Amino acid sequence: MPLTDQEIKELKARAKQIRLDIIDTTVAAGGAHIGGGMSIVEIMTILYYKYAKVDPSNPKWEDRDRIVVSKGHAGVCVAPVLANKGYFPREDLKSFNQFNSPFGMHLDSLKVKGVDASTGSLGHGLSMSVGMALGARVQGKSWNTYCILGDGECNEGSVWEAAMSASHFKLTNLITFVDRNKLMIDGPTEQVMGLEPFADKWKAFGFIVKEIDGHDFNALSEAIEYAHSEKSGPVLIMCNTIKGKGVDFMENEVKWHYGSVDSVLAQKARESVEKMS
Amino acid sequence: MSTKSGTTWTVYDANTMTQAEIYGQVLCDLGEANPKIVGLSADLAKSTKIGMFGDKFPDRFFNVGIAEQNMFGVSAGLARSGLLPFVSTMAAFVTMRAGEQVRTDICYQNLDVKIIATHGGTSFGAAGSTHHCTEDLAITRAFPNMTVIVPADGIETANAVKACVDWPGPVYIRIGRGFEPTYYKDENYGFQIGKAVELNPGTDITIICCGVTVLQAMEAAKILKESDGLSVRVLNMHTVKPIDEEAILKAVVETRRIITFEDHNVLGGLGSAVADVVAKSGKGCAFDKVGIPDCFCVVGYPEDLYSHYGLDSNSIIDKVREVMGKDFEEDESWEDEV
Repeated sequence: MPLTDQEIKELKARAKQIRLDIIDTTVAAGGAHIGGGMSIVEIMTILYYKYAKVDPSNPKWEDRDRIVVSKGHAGVCVAPVLANKGYFPREDLKSFNQFNSPFGMHLDSLKVKGVDASTGSLGHGLSMSVGMALGARVQGKSWNTYCILGDGECNEGSVWEAAMSASHFKLTNLITFVDRNKLMIDGPTEQVMGLEPFADKWKAFGFIVKEIDGHDFNALSEAIEYAHSEKSGPVLIMCNTIKGKGVDFMENEVKWHYGSVDSVLAQKARESVEKMS
Repeated sequence: MSTKSGTTWTVYDANTMTQAEIYGQVLCDLGEANPKIVGLSADLAKSTKIGMFGDKFPDRFFNVGIAEQNMFGVSAGLARSGLLPFVSTMAAFVTMRAGEQVRTDICYQNLDVKIIATHGGTSFGAAGSTHHCTEDLAITRAFPNMTVIVPADGIETANAVKACVDWPGPVYIRIGRGFEPTYYKDENYGFQIGKAVELNPGTDITIICCGVTVLQAMEAAKILKESDGLSVRVLNMHTVKPIDEEAILKAVVETRRIITFEDHNVLGGLGSAVADVVAKSGKGCAFDKVGIPDCFCVVGYPEDLYSHYGLDSNSIIDKVREVMGKDFEEDESWEDEV
């Protein structure tokens, strides 16, 4: 079912609020992985506000869908999403990175409600997602597992071990996203360690690949619904995204992988986000 | 082959089955009673014997191929889904190839994943250092939330595997390659995770051992009694973490001489764990560690390696005599007045 205009409007409003919260959290934290946080906002928004079966009042609900943000440094996006969704007060985000806070820059699943896996060390999330998808199968459960990978993360060999097993076990209850923002800490992915032909690599590993604009809710919706209906193998949604999306001076800038934002920059960033259509 | 009834193991079983075979059998029995148990292997289903579980419960068994990092990540995901994974591969690959997955995916999230690591120490002697694992106890001890167990033989392996089901959090059980002689005659000796077993009472010196050295220590204690008239206490410290501090402190006070004895690098394993407790006690105690010196081992059959590195009864007898000769109470260089 295509999204209605009203749904798109609501999703965009949610995404805008999450981006504003990412900026505020970055300010409070004294620095955060803001670039790669911004690039997955639409993916996270549509999952939490449209597709994922989750219950913020019962974060450990046995039959919930699992969401594993394998690119764990995007905690600065995940925490605001969970706060907006109602897992904990938005006020709590102010403690991000602070002494003894439940929120470190990489979220701890034992401390932050709604986090299904502690990630941060890259290349771990897809394996854990495979385990969760197998766990559903073994127990005859119908939940889906969604995994969000960074593109640079796919340099890690363990990602491909996990990919091999996802297709070997024919995990059609696993839906994998790659945040293809084309940048990593040291520069463009293709300069640091080339990934292309990236989609072909996934196909060769047995995935059905959908390549989309990862900021387009319609495209995301279509790809996710396709993935839900596809029963021949695991689906990977290659989301072409823009690192720093929404903040004009951060977009596609390598240096905004991780950064601090003072009150002046924060204001500029907010103004830029407010202008997003 | 097996004369078991329920999960009771007899002398016959232990003498004809390897540690790993007994583990495989026990896991099948446990799997029958507990549908939450799932098994994982990385192309070593046959040699680790977890394949016995796989044959019995094909829908609850996953062979991930030669991909240990993925295997431990997958096991974390399965545990998070409410299942109870038992994971097996060789100790070297658990603790080093996939060490970060074990630490971060399993221990950091405090998940109920039970790891049965085979080919510990130098038990796969002829394979060389790529397949030896004399570092695993040092590594796993340093992982918060991890429990570390080194069963003495097949019978104790059965006890440990059964006990770990209800023991919360991640557990690392280190066994050998499977051809080690057995010590225990039956399983009813009160095995408890975290509690040392006093196998031989003694007042002159204590040997604290685990795994394959237990049998050697007991033989040594018997010989030393007969030949030297020494009363040697032997503690089977099957749980290296959490270590039984009470038993160690009791040995410090009552025997004042302690030797640790293990098939592991002398750095970081049982010896270091015991040394921590001895040092903290503030009591005078002659202390020495017997294990693999800090080196990559030569190649050879385990029994040859054990004699080469002093892990046999003759070597521990020599070490006991040496430590008995230490006059630690009258050290002239000790400045009492400082």
